[in-house]
Amino acid sequence: MHPRNVWQALSRPGYALSAWPWRSAGYLLTGTLTGVVLLVGIVLSAVAGGVLALALVGLPLLLCTVLAGIPVAALERLRLRLVDPEPAPDPHEPPGDPGLRAWLTTRLRERATWREFGHALLFAGLLWPVDALALAVGLLCPLTVVATPVLLAVFGEAKVLKVWLVTGWPAAFGFALLGLVLLVLGAYLLGVVAGARAGLTRLLIAPREADLGARVVELARSRVRLVDAFEAERRRIERDLHDGAQVRLVALTMTLGLARLDAPPGPLADQLAKAHEEAGTALAELRELIHGIHPKVLADYGLEAAVTDAADRSAVPVDVDLELSGRLSQAVEAAAYFVVCEALANVGRHSGASRAEVSGGHRDGRLFLLVRDDGRGGARAGAGSGLTGLADRVSVLDGRLTLSSPPGGPTLLRVEIPCEPAS
Amino acid sequence: MRVDRPLRVVLAEDSVLLRDGLVGLLGRCGHEVVAAVGDAEALVTAVGEHAPDVVVTDVRMPPGFQDEGLHAAVRLREERPTLPVLVLSQYVQRRYAAELLDSGDGTGVGYLLKDRVGQVEEFVEALGEVADGGTVVDPEVVRQLLRRRRDPLERLTPREREVLALIAQGRSNGAIARELVVSEAAVGKHISGILMKLDLPPADETHRRVLAVLAYLRA
Repeated sequence: MHPRNVWQALSRPGYALSAWPWRSAGYLLTGTLTGVVLLVGIVLSAVAGGVLALALVGLPLLLCTVLAGIPVAALERLRLRLVDPEPAPDPHEPPGDPGLRAWLTTRLRERATWREFGHALLFAGLLWPVDALALAVGLLCPLTVVATPVLLAVFGEAKVLKVWLVTGWPAAFGFALLGLVLLVLGAYLLGVVAGARAGLTRLLIAPREADLGARVVELARSRVRLVDAFEAERRRIERDLHDGAQVRLVALTMTLGLARLDAPPGPLADQLAKAHEEAGTALAELRELIHGIHPKVLADYGLEAAVTDAADRSAVPVDVDLELSGRLSQAVEAAAYFVVCEALANVGRHSGASRAEVSGGHRDGRLFLLVRDDGRGGARAGAGSGLTGLADRVSVLDGRLTLSSPPGGPTLLRVEIPCEPAS
Repeated sequence: MRVDRPLRVVLAEDSVLLRDGLVGLLGRCGHEVVAAVGDAEALVTAVGEHAPDVVVTDVRMPPGFQDEGLHAAVRLREERPTLPVLVLSQYVQRRYAAELLDSGDGTGVGYLLKDRVGQVEEFVEALGEVADGGTVVDPEVVRQLLRRRRDPLERLTPREREVLALIAQGRSNGAIARELVVSEAAVGKHISGILMKLDLPPADETHRRVLAVLAYLRA
């Protein structure tokens, strides 16, 4: 198995002959070069910005200095691959709105931006000299020692590491051998420094596990909040229609009914009768509409009664065999109820079934629901089906919705939602 | 409109608009609303005070706007099993109707959609029926139940089911005969068929009709 990073490579035999020492050297070399450029850049822009800040024009420059940490970190993540190929994702979040202003406020609010700025300062001030030192000790010095015989041949004498004067060939080749040993030791030194350096960099500029975890939790929460808000809005609309429009329409039909009693037979009575009928139809339609938005029986009596009620309304005869020990949470009841309604509507519309069955119960901390019909099958939960949205709602509650509908039937819809009885 | 006898009514309805409308409507038809209240607690108190001939109440009422009115009605009938109660609901719901019919001995109760108050004559007729100990269930609930062809109703013929539906709506034998354009004797024959198939032993005729309706609702 190939080592996954320089640390793993260091513990394997044959490290010194592998590509890893050279990758480490490359990492440290590019680090040194970047560090020098960065130091010059930061010092220049900070000084210029600081001086010009007196005239306010320097402030954007100082801002740029802070934000310089971002491209530097991006480059570092790229360089990291030399010694640690595991991807280091970008810790920044996309700004909520388009435009420079939104981008700036998002970035300046993020902890990652400031961590990256700190990293850039550390890099420019401390890290690159360490890179350079490690390169000198781990690579350049052993190389010059190895090169002793060459130097002797060229200059007639060689001063190894500016300490030992070598004039004879035996000593020169002795130093060359020592140099090879040092080169191997240097390879390990380079690996250790590069590995430590990469670890520190990853710590500073890659998103932390905790951050990622927090973001996932936050996402899940925001989805739950959205569904809750949706549910609350449904109930509000239902209440508004019920207490407003429905009451007025009932009062209207009542008034029209009384007026009809008083009206003498004739065209006026006919008109009144027509108006009365229309108002009655409007009332019936409104009642169905309100029921579809949020059935009262679900709130008052819970899932079992609401499913029985939905079965009563179904065009296809439905057997209900549902056993729940108590009420479930509002969100679970609503999701389960609307799944059953949608399933029964599909049975009525598409399946050609002569009979359907809704069964289920609460077992092992889970609500199970099964909607089965004896229709022709071939149903899909894909595009255009109301089931997709319901599957999403079920998944928000950590539940699952599965559909099995081979051509020729039978169609089987299964819902499973983890939940505890509320009472 | 013909009114057999003027009734003393206690009315509970939280919407002022409908309450005033119903008071006017009942007054117009010769009945007297002795108390018109806006919540379930006041309803129970008013019934204690006035001992009315019949109670008319909404299902959804303050403070919770759930089924307070219905529960108040059920509670009232536990204390006074013969108190006639007509519940008005904005929903067609078998569950509400069943809870009401289970209270007391199932006689003198009605469950109607609010829409029906617009059909003034039918509404007042139903009120009279309930006050006289009859059982009235909204045709809409009945229609829903007819779709469910399950035991014990499976044994009934379509005609018998039709007759049972009309019984549930509070019709007399004569009214049923007129509606179905058959003789009253034929209606009687259908009814005894229904009672036999639903396993209701011969007893007081009115009471058995109620039991048949209950069997129908619980099916």
